Amino acid sequence: MAERVGVYVCHCGSNIAGMVDCEAVARWAKENVSDVAVSRDYKFMCSSLGQAMIEEDIRKEGLTRVVVAACSPHLHEKTFRRACSNAGLNPYLMQMCNIREHVSWVAQERDPATEKAKSLISAAVARVKRQEPLEPMKVGVNPRTLVVGGGIAGLQATLELADAGYPVVLVERSPSIGGHMAQFDKTFPTLDCSACILTPKMSEAYQHENVTLYSYAELEEVSGSVGAFKVRIRKRARSVREDLCTGCGACIEKCPRKVVDNDFEVGLGYRKAIYMPFPQAVPKIPVIDRENCTWFQRGKCRVCEKMCQPGAIDYDQQDEIIELDVGNIILATGWKLFDCRKIPQYGYGRLANVFTNMEFERLCNAAGPTSGKIVLRDGKTEPRSVAIVHCVGSRDKNHNEHCSAVCCMAALKFGHLVLEKTGAEVYSFYIDMRTNQKMYEEFYCRLLEEGMHFIRGRVAEITDAARMPGEEGKLIIQCEDTLLGRQRRIPVDMVILMGALEPQADAKELGLKCGISCSMAGWYTERHPKLDPVATMTDGVFVAGACQGAKDIPAAVAQGAAAAARVMGMITKGTVEIEPVVASIDEEGCSGCRICNNMCPYNAIEYDAGRNVSRVITALCKGCGTCVAACPAGVITGSHFNNEQIGAEIEGILWDARAAAGRGAAAAV
Amino acid sequence: MKYAFYPGCSLEVNAAAYDVSVRAVARVLGVELVELDDWNCCGATEYFSQDELTACAVIARNLALVEPSMNQLTAPCAACFLNLKKVDRLMAEHPDLGGKINEALAAGGLHYDPGRVRVRHLLEVIHTDVGEEAIKAKVVRPLTGLRVAPYYGCQVVRPYKDVDDPEYPVKMDELFRWLGAEVVDYPVKSHCCGGHMTQISEPEAFELIRRLLQSALEYDTDVIACLCPMCQLNMDAYQSRVNGMFNTSFHIPVLYFTQLLGLALGVPEKDLGFGKEIVSAGPVIHAKLAAC
Repeated sequence: MAERVGVYVCHCGSNIAGMVDCEAVARWAKENVSDVAVSRDYKFMCSSLGQAMIEEDIRKEGLTRVVVAACSPHLHEKTFRRACSNAGLNPYLMQMCNIREHVSWVAQERDPATEKAKSLISAAVARVKRQEPLEPMKVGVNPRTLVVGGGIAGLQATLELADAGYPVVLVERSPSIGGHMAQFDKTFPTLDCSACILTPKMSEAYQHENVTLYSYAELEEVSGSVGAFKVRIRKRARSVREDLCTGCGACIEKCPRKVVDNDFEVGLGYRKAIYMPFPQAVPKIPVIDRENCTWFQRGKCRVCEKMCQPGAIDYDQQDEIIELDVGNIILATGWKLFDCRKIPQYGYGRLANVFTNMEFERLCNAAGPTSGKIVLRDGKTEPRSVAIVHCVGSRDKNHNEHCSAVCCMAALKFGHLVLEKTGAEVYSFYIDMRTNQKMYEEFYCRLLEEGMHFIRGRVAEITDAARMPGEEGKLIIQCEDTLLGRQRRIPVDMVILMGALEPQADAKELGLKCGISCSMAGWYTERHPKLDPVATMTDGVFVAGACQGAKDIPAAVAQGAAAAARVMGMITKGTVEIEPVVASIDEEGCSGCRICNNMCPYNAIEYDAGRNVSRVITALCKGCGTCVAACPAGVITGSHFNNEQIGAEIEGILWDARAAAGRGAAAAV
Repeated sequence: MKYAFYPGCSLEVNAAAYDVSVRAVARVLGVELVELDDWNCCGATEYFSQDELTACAVIARNLALVEPSMNQLTAPCAACFLNLKKVDRLMAEHPDLGGKINEALAAGGLHYDPGRVRVRHLLEVIHTDVGEEAIKAKVVRPLTGLRVAPYYGCQVVRPYKDVDDPEYPVKMDELFRWLGAEVVDYPVKSHCCGGHMTQISEPEAFELIRRLLQSALEYDTDVIACLCPMCQLNMDAYQSRVNGMFNTSFHIPVLYFTQLLGLALGVPEKDLGFGKEIVSAGPVIHAKLAAC
């Protein structure tokens, strides 16, 4: 019996109709495409009226297949599948045809755009007639969640889930959780102590009965899919046994090897070869920096071992691999600081008293290398004038186009701290002041009152080449003051560069492991920038905090909580529906060659030695089709994407070529 | 390594030291320079403000003279280099202009297709094409102990950004490090020397020159190394006038980078144009290099 296909062409307001003659396309489909019983166009097919129209046609016209020519299936496939279901049609007998992103938004001329829309609809109709009814599979959701990154966003997500009673595995790359926030002195705009609000969360996470923390560890591999991921974590060798260490610190105290701390103290302070990043580190367990340890480098010393009463030092400790099952994954991997040396005219690394924002955070911090005294690189001289340069590596086509979002407020915070602690003159060199969150503008006004100077213009260079009296021995900021409309030179003692927030160097690599993508710049791509900011295109993988885009603490915390809420929703529901788009092997024809076993990127094919055949583990199969193409006997079928369906689609798209061939042009093919 | 070579007018007279040292250094490094037959003046910076089309055509004639068998042209003078590179780019980006230029060239039986010739400054050829390994292997007299301040000026590094960092170039710094010199990392190495401003307003021009000399002095410089005849002339020939105007006592020799390179490669001083500079470089070089 011939199928009865309904074709629905959406105008999407003027999004599609502005470039495609939707009415003509709908009429053409009815008249020219075989088995099309109904063909309509409508202003907004996704509206309830549009859906009702489809439902009614299914019931009254006895449609057996539906084609919706509209936007991307990412947006509305679910909507139209539901409409079909409501009317009693299996949702997998509906095919979407993207004439918005693939046609109207990328075309420049109306006629060819309309022709292309016709081709795509012809293809969809040809394909949909060969589609088969499928039933989505239900998979249970493992209530355990993996959180990657122990900064403030990851901590928030961890605690929300753990407090709700669900088990969380928190993986942190560095020896302690806390992230960048642990390095800060004060937080804007309230000026409350960063450590005072952070450390309770750190210890709470560590002590929580529902939280398992792996610090000094990295996520190595992810397999499986939503509800049932398998993850592999590499826990790097600390050379200290966590089960025995009491955190007394005797080993650190007696370690004879002192090295510059380029991590937590950003090069301004020292640490021992066996160290904890900072006094409130969580877990309070030291780690041996093997690169700098005298025992590891020269085979002598072992002082820490002698000092350790509980015998926790273990020089032979190896990396440990931990394999776990989790239901969902939250990535909260944060950001890294722009390398200010990339703008050599600002002199960082060349001119001693040019500092980065992270260096200055440590300089201000009472627990930092100068005990909170703001001094020049010599370690003793207090500056009498300080320049703060905004947008270093941000809003700059040569480096990062994005605004780093936190620097204006951080610069105001720095200005306040300098004024309070030293009474120096403070100059801010800004492009635009961006203080658009709660109480931020008020903080800006406060700094105006406090006497911070604001000069609008991007700094051209920072130099020690004095030109005029009063400049000798100073750092001179050369800048066009765009409000005055003239060049200015401001001599100062100290410069703070507000370096940009950048994606982590390995963000793309980690994203790939989890099956999510990054923007060109390297920030993780959310499912929808406005309406779904913490989910990703991969079900069960969520993002939170600065790994999704530069943001401040309140925004990172909000995302951490939001991601946790999304995960809780999945856990509470208990099961997730999985697309029934999977491969299956015809065991009659399978020769047991096992080629497909190794090709499968998801380890979803098992080999049955007894019967000498391979078999697809449906729950793990992602329907990628690799095995279908690889099978030498051609006995693997990908449901919803079988050869017959794809062939029909190609034939459909070439409807006009066939017409041309009919007129004798076939000889050329 | 074979390059078409455009010496430019300066190298015939005031920058004769650059000319001989470029040719001597090229010989040692195995860089074959094939001088364009019947080349003409590039028009320097002035011609563009008079008549753009004529200015371009005058420059394009030199590009058209590059033998078909060659696809790279090198120029030692910063202004010549920029003019040649600029006209090649302009012709590619503005086909209308390119067409008019080719009409003009046709009068002399010439034609130029933009992009056919890659215009390179001599510093790029030496630093990038010859490269660190080959240069280090040929150093026979390291410049150990000599404090060299590389001076880049404007036109080699700006406005096109593909030669070096446009704000803080480093290629000459690297070259001198390979030669064993102590490289002076001073802040004004890519600031303007004033160019032809000396002919228009001496106070402005001399102030620009003073800033360069002042910074070099503060950073304890033995010798400034240039890659442009104009820069060399300004800092060297006007040094005593600058001293007069600002009551300073600068005495800093200003050489071409190829003269110092030649020295390190073992070329005799007499073959490198030493002594043609006005602030004599001999004493400081002999004192520093003899000491090692």
